[in-house]
Amino acid sequence: MTVAAGVLALAVGTYAFRWAGPALRSRVRFPHHARRLLEIGAVVLLAALAAVTTLPVGTGEMGVAMPAGVAAACVLAWRRSPLLVVVLAAAGTTALLRLTGLP
Amino acid sequence: MRGTPPERVNDHTSPAPPGERPDRHLTEPDRVFIIKYMRSIWRTLDRETALGVGAVCLAVGVIGVSYGATAVAQGFPGWLPVVLGTVVLAGGAEFLFLGILAAGGSPIAAVLAGLLVNARHLPYGLSIPDAVGTGARRLLGVHVMNDEAVAMALAESDRTRRTAVYWACGLGVLAVWPLGAATGALLGTLVPDTAALGLDAVFPAVLLTLVLPALRDRATFGAVALGTAVALLGSPFLPAGLPVLLALTGLGYASWRLHRDAVHAAGTPAREPS
Repeated sequence: MTVAAGVLALAVGTYAFRWAGPALRSRVRFPHHARRLLEIGAVVLLAALAAVTTLPVGTGEMGVAMPAGVAAACVLAWRRSPLLVVVLAAAGTTALLRLTGLP
Repeated sequence: MRGTPPERVNDHTSPAPPGERPDRHLTEPDRVFIIKYMRSIWRTLDRETALGVGAVCLAVGVIGVSYGATAVAQGFPGWLPVVLGTVVLAGGAEFLFLGILAAGGSPIAAVLAGLLVNARHLPYGLSIPDAVGTGARRLLGVHVMNDEAVAMALAESDRTRRTAVYWACGLGVLAVWPLGAATGALLGTLVPDTAALGLDAVFPAVLLTLVLPALRDRATFGAVALGTAVALLGSPFLPAGLPVLLALTGLGYASWRLHRDAVHAAGTPAREPS
Protein backbone atom coordinates (compact mmCIF):
# COMPACT_ATOMS: atom_id res chain seq x y z
CA MET A 1 0.00 0.00 0.00
CA THR A 2 2.78 2.45 0.87
CA VAL A 3 4.36 1.80 -2.53
CA ALA A 4 1.04 2.56 -4.26
CA ALA A 5 0.72 5.82 -2.28
CA GLY A 6 4.29 6.69 -3.28
CA VAL A 7 3.51 6.06 -6.95
CA LEU A 8 0.45 8.30 -6.69
CA ALA A 9 2.34 11.10 -4.92
CA LEU A 10 5.17 11.01 -7.46
CA ALA A 11 2.70 11.03 -10.37
CA VAL A 12 0.66 13.95 -8.99
CA GLY A 13 3.74 15.99 -8.07
CA THR A 14 5.37 15.42 -11.45
CA TYR A 15 2.17 16.43 -13.22
CA ALA A 16 2.09 19.62 -11.16
CA PHE A 17 5.64 20.53 -12.26
CA ARG A 18 4.74 19.88 -15.90
CA TRP A 19 1.56 21.89 -15.66
CA ALA A 20 3.19 24.83 -13.86
CA GLY A 21 5.57 25.89 -16.65
CA PRO A 22 3.06 26.59 -19.43
CA ALA A 23 0.55 27.93 -16.87
CA LEU A 24 3.05 30.47 -15.52
CA ARG A 25 4.24 31.40 -18.97
CA SER A 26 0.76 32.25 -20.23
CA ARG A 27 0.19 34.56 -17.26
CA VAL A 28 3.51 36.36 -17.36
CA ARG A 29 5.01 38.14 -20.39
CA PHE A 30 8.70 37.37 -20.79
CA PRO A 31 11.05 39.66 -22.74
CA HIS A 32 13.13 38.20 -25.60
CA HIS A 33 16.26 37.95 -23.47
CA ALA A 34 14.42 35.91 -20.81
CA ARG A 35 12.85 33.63 -23.44
CA ARG A 36 16.28 32.82 -24.86
CA LEU A 37 17.58 32.11 -21.35
CA LEU A 38 14.66 29.73 -20.70
CA GLU A 39 15.44 27.79 -23.88
CA ILE A 40 19.13 27.62 -23.04
CA GLY A 41 18.14 26.52 -19.52
CA ALA A 42 16.32 23.47 -20.90
CA VAL A 43 19.41 22.49 -22.94
CA VAL A 44 21.63 22.95 -19.87
CA LEU A 45 19.35 20.68 -17.79
CA LEU A 46 19.32 17.96 -20.46
CA ALA A 47 23.09 18.04 -20.88
CA ALA A 48 23.67 17.98 -17.12
CA LEU A 49 21.25 15.06 -16.72
CA ALA A 50 23.19 13.14 -19.38
CA ALA A 51 26.54 13.98 -17.75
CA VAL A 52 25.44 13.01 -14.23
CA THR A 53 23.91 9.75 -15.53
CA THR A 54 27.07 8.87 -17.48
CA LEU A 55 29.53 9.88 -14.75
CA PRO A 56 27.87 9.18 -11.37
CA VAL A 57 30.70 10.85 -9.42
CA GLY A 58 30.87 9.85 -5.79
CA THR A 59 28.23 7.10 -5.85
CA GLY A 60 30.71 4.25 -6.20
CA GLU A 61 28.85 3.07 -9.30
CA MET A 62 31.14 4.82 -11.73
CA GLY A 63 32.12 2.45 -14.50
CA VAL A 64 34.29 2.55 -17.59
CA ALA A 65 32.17 0.65 -20.10
CA MET A 66 29.13 2.94 -19.96
CA PRO A 67 30.99 6.27 -20.30
CA ALA A 68 32.99 4.73 -23.18
CA GLY A 69 29.77 3.67 -24.89
CA VAL A 70 28.31 7.16 -24.45
CA ALA A 71 31.55 8.72 -25.77
CA ALA A 72 31.45 6.49 -28.86
CA ALA A 73 27.84 7.48 -29.42
CA CYS A 74 28.75 11.18 -29.08
CA VAL A 75 31.44 10.93 -31.75
CA LEU A 76 28.94 9.32 -34.11
CA ALA A 77 26.31 11.92 -33.27
CA TRP A 78 28.81 14.72 -33.87
CA ARG A 79 29.43 13.22 -37.34
CA ARG A 80 25.67 13.28 -37.87
CA SER A 81 25.07 9.55 -37.91
CA PRO A 82 21.41 8.47 -37.72
CA LEU A 83 20.07 8.24 -34.18
CA LEU A 84 19.50 4.50 -34.44
CA VAL A 85 23.20 3.98 -35.27
CA VAL A 86 24.13 6.19 -32.30
CA VAL A 87 21.89 4.16 -29.97
CA LEU A 88 23.22 0.82 -31.17
CA ALA A 89 26.81 2.08 -30.86
CA ALA A 90 26.17 3.19 -27.26
CA ALA A 91 24.69 -0.15 -26.18
CA GLY A 92 27.05 -2.23 -28.36
CA THR A 93 30.27 -0.56 -27.15
CA THR A 94 29.15 -0.81 -23.52
CA ALA A 95 28.14 -4.46 -23.90
CA LEU A 96 31.43 -5.39 -25.62
CA LEU A 97 33.55 -3.67 -22.96
CA ARG A 98 31.57 -5.39 -20.18
CA LEU A 99 32.16 -8.68 -22.00
CA THR A 100 35.90 -8.10 -21.57
CA GLY A 101 35.35 -7.71 -17.84
CA LEU A 102 35.47 -3.92 -17.46
CA PRO A 103 33.03 -2.44 -14.93
CA MET B 1 -2.47 23.27 -35.81
CA ARG B 2 -4.51 26.13 -37.19
CA GLY B 3 -2.84 25.95 -40.58
CA THR B 4 -4.26 22.50 -41.36
CA PRO B 5 -6.63 22.30 -44.34
CA PRO B 6 -10.10 21.99 -42.77
CA GLU B 7 -11.48 19.55 -45.33
CA ARG B 8 -8.84 16.95 -44.41
CA VAL B 9 -9.26 17.47 -40.70
CA ASN B 10 -13.00 17.11 -40.64
CA ASP B 11 -13.53 14.07 -42.85
CA HIS B 12 -13.30 11.42 -40.16
CA THR B 13 -14.00 13.44 -37.14
CA SER B 14 -17.38 15.17 -37.28
CA PRO B 15 -18.87 14.23 -33.92
CA ALA B 16 -21.78 11.81 -34.05
CA PRO B 17 -25.23 13.15 -33.17
CA PRO B 18 -25.75 12.85 -29.42
CA GLY B 19 -28.51 10.27 -29.82
CA GLU B 20 -26.50 7.92 -31.98
CA ARG B 21 -24.83 5.02 -30.15
CA PRO B 22 -24.32 6.97 -26.94
CA ASP B 23 -22.70 3.93 -25.33
CA ARG B 24 -19.70 4.30 -27.60
CA HIS B 25 -19.59 7.93 -28.58
CA LEU B 26 -19.79 9.35 -25.10
CA THR B 27 -16.20 8.31 -24.48
CA GLU B 28 -15.02 8.71 -28.07
CA PRO B 29 -14.51 12.48 -28.55
CA ASP B 30 -11.22 12.59 -26.74
CA ARG B 31 -9.82 9.71 -28.69
CA VAL B 32 -11.12 11.04 -31.99
CA PHE B 33 -9.60 14.37 -31.11
CA ILE B 34 -6.21 12.80 -30.51
CA ILE B 35 -6.38 10.79 -33.74
CA LYS B 36 -7.32 13.92 -35.67
CA TYR B 37 -4.50 15.77 -34.00
CA MET B 38 -2.00 13.02 -34.80
CA ARG B 39 -3.03 13.14 -38.47
CA SER B 40 -2.26 16.81 -38.74
CA ILE B 41 0.98 16.27 -36.82
CA TRP B 42 2.21 13.71 -39.33
CA ARG B 43 1.32 15.97 -42.25
CA THR B 44 3.36 18.79 -40.74
CA LEU B 45 6.47 16.69 -40.18
CA ASP B 46 8.78 16.02 -43.09
CA ARG B 47 10.14 12.53 -43.61
CA GLU B 48 13.50 13.18 -41.96
CA THR B 49 11.95 14.64 -38.82
CA ALA B 50 9.40 11.83 -38.64
CA LEU B 51 12.24 9.31 -38.87
CA GLY B 52 14.04 11.22 -36.12
CA VAL B 53 10.97 10.99 -33.87
CA GLY B 54 10.69 7.28 -34.69
CA ALA B 55 14.34 6.73 -33.81
CA VAL B 56 13.95 8.59 -30.51
CA CYS B 57 10.90 6.49 -29.67
CA LEU B 58 12.79 3.32 -30.53
CA ALA B 59 15.66 4.41 -28.31
CA VAL B 60 13.27 5.24 -25.46
CA GLY B 61 11.68 1.81 -25.94
CA VAL B 62 15.13 0.21 -25.56
CA ILE B 63 15.74 2.19 -22.35
CA GLY B 64 12.28 1.07 -21.21
CA VAL B 65 13.34 -2.53 -21.68
CA SER B 66 16.39 -1.97 -19.49
CA TYR B 67 14.19 -0.19 -16.92
CA GLY B 68 11.61 -2.98 -16.74
CA ALA B 69 14.33 -5.61 -16.51
CA THR B 70 16.12 -3.69 -13.75
CA ALA B 71 12.91 -3.29 -11.73
CA VAL B 72 12.15 -7.02 -11.85
CA ALA B 73 15.77 -7.80 -10.97
CA GLN B 74 15.33 -5.57 -7.87
CA GLY B 75 12.43 -7.76 -6.79
CA PHE B 76 9.48 -5.57 -7.78
CA PRO B 77 6.38 -7.00 -9.46
CA GLY B 78 6.33 -6.61 -13.26
CA TRP B 79 3.31 -4.28 -13.26
CA LEU B 80 5.02 -1.62 -11.11
CA PRO B 81 7.44 -0.25 -13.76
CA VAL B 82 4.61 -0.28 -16.31
CA VAL B 83 2.23 1.69 -14.05
CA LEU B 84 5.01 4.12 -13.03
CA GLY B 85 5.97 4.50 -16.68
CA THR B 86 2.42 5.51 -17.59
CA VAL B 87 1.52 7.86 -14.73
CA VAL B 88 4.93 9.40 -13.99
CA LEU B 89 6.41 9.12 -17.49
CA ALA B 90 9.88 10.32 -16.52
CA GLY B 91 12.57 7.64 -16.72
CA GLY B 92 15.20 9.16 -14.45
CA ALA B 93 12.78 9.72 -11.56
CA GLU B 94 11.32 6.21 -11.90
CA PHE B 95 14.76 4.57 -11.85
CA LEU B 96 15.59 6.60 -8.76
CA PHE B 97 12.25 5.94 -7.03
CA LEU B 98 12.57 2.18 -7.39
CA GLY B 99 16.29 2.30 -6.63
CA ILE B 100 15.71 3.98 -3.26
CA LEU B 101 12.87 1.57 -2.37
CA ALA B 102 15.03 -1.39 -3.40
CA ALA B 103 17.87 -0.14 -1.21
CA GLY B 104 15.46 -0.13 1.74
CA GLY B 105 14.78 3.62 1.74
CA SER B 106 11.44 5.00 2.89
CA PRO B 107 8.72 5.67 0.28
CA ILE B 108 8.70 9.32 1.37
CA ALA B 109 12.41 9.67 0.58
CA ALA B 110 11.83 7.92 -2.75
CA VAL B 111 8.98 10.30 -3.65
CA LEU B 112 10.97 13.40 -2.66
CA ALA B 113 14.01 12.28 -4.67
CA GLY B 114 11.80 11.55 -7.68
CA LEU B 115 10.13 14.96 -7.43
CA LEU B 116 13.49 16.68 -7.14
CA VAL B 117 14.63 15.02 -10.37
CA ASN B 118 11.37 15.96 -12.06
CA ALA B 119 11.51 19.62 -11.02
CA ARG B 120 13.31 20.24 -14.33
CA HIS B 121 9.94 19.92 -16.07
CA LEU B 122 8.96 23.34 -14.75
CA PRO B 123 11.67 25.19 -16.72
CA TYR B 124 10.98 22.86 -19.67
CA GLY B 125 7.39 24.03 -19.68
CA LEU B 126 8.51 27.65 -19.50
CA SER B 127 10.73 27.12 -22.54
CA ILE B 128 8.07 25.56 -24.82
CA PRO B 129 4.72 26.88 -23.55
CA ASP B 130 2.98 27.00 -26.96
CA ALA B 131 3.70 23.38 -27.89
CA VAL B 132 1.60 21.88 -25.07
CA GLY B 133 -1.62 23.34 -26.49
CA THR B 134 -4.49 25.05 -24.71
CA GLY B 135 -7.70 24.08 -22.93
CA ALA B 136 -8.47 20.38 -22.58
CA ARG B 137 -5.63 19.51 -24.97
CA ARG B 138 -3.15 20.88 -22.47
CA LEU B 139 -4.20 18.30 -19.84
CA LEU B 140 -2.55 15.63 -22.00
CA GLY B 141 -0.04 18.02 -23.56
CA VAL B 142 1.73 18.69 -20.28
CA HIS B 143 1.72 15.03 -19.27
CA VAL B 144 3.68 13.97 -22.37
CA MET B 145 6.38 16.58 -21.62
CA ASN B 146 9.63 14.61 -21.46
CA ASP B 147 13.35 15.16 -22.06
CA GLU B 148 13.32 13.85 -25.61
CA ALA B 149 10.17 15.68 -26.76
CA VAL B 150 11.45 18.97 -25.30
CA ALA B 151 14.88 18.57 -26.90
CA MET B 152 13.40 17.74 -30.31
CA ALA B 153 10.91 20.61 -30.06
CA LEU B 154 13.65 23.11 -29.14
CA ALA B 155 15.53 22.12 -32.31
CA GLU B 156 12.63 23.47 -34.40
CA SER B 157 12.33 27.22 -34.82
CA ASP B 158 8.97 27.24 -36.63
CA ARG B 159 6.07 27.27 -34.16
CA THR B 160 3.81 24.84 -36.05
CA ARG B 161 6.61 22.35 -36.61
CA ARG B 162 7.73 22.72 -33.00
CA THR B 163 4.24 21.79 -31.80
CA ALA B 164 4.02 18.87 -34.23
CA VAL B 165 7.41 17.44 -33.20
CA TYR B 166 6.57 17.89 -29.52
CA TRP B 167 3.29 15.98 -29.76
CA ALA B 168 4.61 13.25 -32.04
CA CYS B 169 7.57 12.58 -29.75
CA GLY B 170 5.56 13.04 -26.55
CA LEU B 171 2.72 10.68 -27.51
CA GLY B 172 5.24 8.25 -29.02
CA VAL B 173 7.16 8.09 -25.75
CA LEU B 174 3.89 7.70 -23.81
CA ALA B 175 3.27 4.59 -25.92
CA VAL B 176 6.75 3.02 -26.09
CA TRP B 177 8.01 3.73 -22.57
CA PRO B 178 5.44 1.59 -20.69
CA LEU B 179 5.52 -0.94 -23.54
CA GLY B 180 9.31 -1.19 -23.26
CA ALA B 181 9.02 -1.50 -19.48
CA ALA B 182 6.56 -4.38 -19.88
CA THR B 183 8.87 -6.09 -22.36
CA GLY B 184 11.81 -5.57 -20.01
CA ALA B 185 9.86 -6.97 -17.07
CA LEU B 186 9.24 -10.12 -19.12
CA LEU B 187 12.83 -10.23 -20.33
CA GLY B 188 14.13 -9.66 -16.80
CA THR B 189 12.56 -12.91 -15.69
CA LEU B 190 14.41 -14.69 -18.53
CA VAL B 191 17.79 -12.90 -18.75
CA PRO B 192 19.43 -12.61 -15.33
CA ASP B 193 22.13 -10.02 -16.16
CA THR B 194 20.68 -7.28 -18.37
CA ALA B 195 23.58 -4.90 -17.62
CA ALA B 196 25.62 -7.07 -19.99
CA LEU B 197 23.49 -5.76 -22.85
CA GLY B 198 24.74 -2.18 -22.27
CA LEU B 199 21.22 -0.72 -22.37
CA ASP B 200 21.98 1.80 -19.61
CA ALA B 201 24.23 3.74 -22.03
CA VAL B 202 21.30 4.45 -24.37
CA PHE B 203 19.55 7.11 -22.24
CA PRO B 204 22.50 9.53 -21.84
CA ALA B 205 23.58 8.88 -25.45
CA VAL B 206 20.14 9.89 -26.75
CA LEU B 207 20.06 13.01 -24.56
CA LEU B 208 23.49 14.15 -25.73
CA THR B 209 22.62 13.49 -29.38
CA LEU B 210 19.54 15.65 -28.99
CA VAL B 211 21.34 18.62 -27.41
CA LEU B 212 24.40 18.58 -29.72
CA PRO B 213 22.86 20.80 -32.46
CA ALA B 214 21.97 23.48 -29.90
CA LEU B 215 25.62 23.67 -28.78
CA ARG B 216 26.60 25.47 -32.00
CA ASP B 217 25.23 28.59 -30.35
CA ARG B 218 28.07 30.15 -28.32
CA ALA B 219 25.92 31.34 -25.42
CA THR B 220 24.32 27.88 -25.11
CA PHE B 221 27.67 26.11 -25.35
CA GLY B 222 29.20 28.21 -22.57
CA ALA B 223 26.18 27.74 -20.32
CA VAL B 224 26.17 23.98 -20.89
CA ALA B 225 29.92 23.66 -20.26
CA LEU B 226 29.72 25.63 -17.02
CA GLY B 227 26.45 24.03 -15.84
CA THR B 228 27.61 20.48 -16.52
CA ALA B 229 30.85 21.11 -14.63
CA VAL B 230 28.88 22.44 -11.63
CA ALA B 231 26.55 19.40 -11.72
CA LEU B 232 29.42 16.90 -11.87
CA LEU B 233 31.43 18.62 -9.14
CA GLY B 234 28.35 18.89 -6.93
CA SER B 235 27.06 15.35 -7.31
CA PRO B 236 29.29 13.71 -4.66
CA PHE B 237 27.97 16.11 -2.03
CA LEU B 238 24.32 16.65 -2.98
CA PRO B 239 21.21 14.44 -3.04
CA ALA B 240 20.24 13.06 -6.46
CA GLY B 241 18.41 15.56 -8.64
CA LEU B 242 19.87 18.68 -7.07
CA PRO B 243 23.13 18.69 -9.12
CA VAL B 244 21.09 18.76 -12.36
CA LEU B 245 19.10 21.76 -11.11
CA LEU B 246 22.30 23.51 -9.95
CA ALA B 247 23.54 23.25 -13.55
CA LEU B 248 21.23 26.21 -14.21
CA THR B 249 23.96 28.42 -12.71
CA GLY B 250 25.50 28.10 -16.19
CA LEU B 251 22.77 30.50 -17.30
CA GLY B 252 24.80 33.26 -15.64
CA TYR B 253 27.27 32.99 -18.50
CA ALA B 254 24.52 32.84 -21.13
CA SER B 255 22.89 35.93 -19.67
CA TRP B 256 26.15 37.89 -19.79
CA ARG B 257 26.86 36.70 -23.31
CA LEU B 258 23.38 37.53 -24.63
CA HIS B 259 23.57 40.97 -23.06
CA ARG B 260 27.00 41.61 -24.61
CA ASP B 261 25.82 40.43 -28.04
CA ALA B 262 22.74 42.62 -27.79
CA VAL B 263 24.90 45.65 -27.01
CA HIS B 264 27.20 44.81 -29.96
CA ALA B 265 24.27 44.23 -32.32
CA ALA B 266 22.69 47.52 -31.32
CA GLY B 267 25.89 49.20 -32.58
CA THR B 268 26.01 52.88 -33.46
CA PRO B 269 22.26 53.66 -33.67
CA ALA B 270 21.85 52.67 -30.05
CA ARG B 271 24.40 55.31 -29.02
CA GLU B 272 22.36 58.07 -30.56
CA PRO B 273 20.98 60.17 -27.75
CA SER B 274 17.22 59.84 -27.76
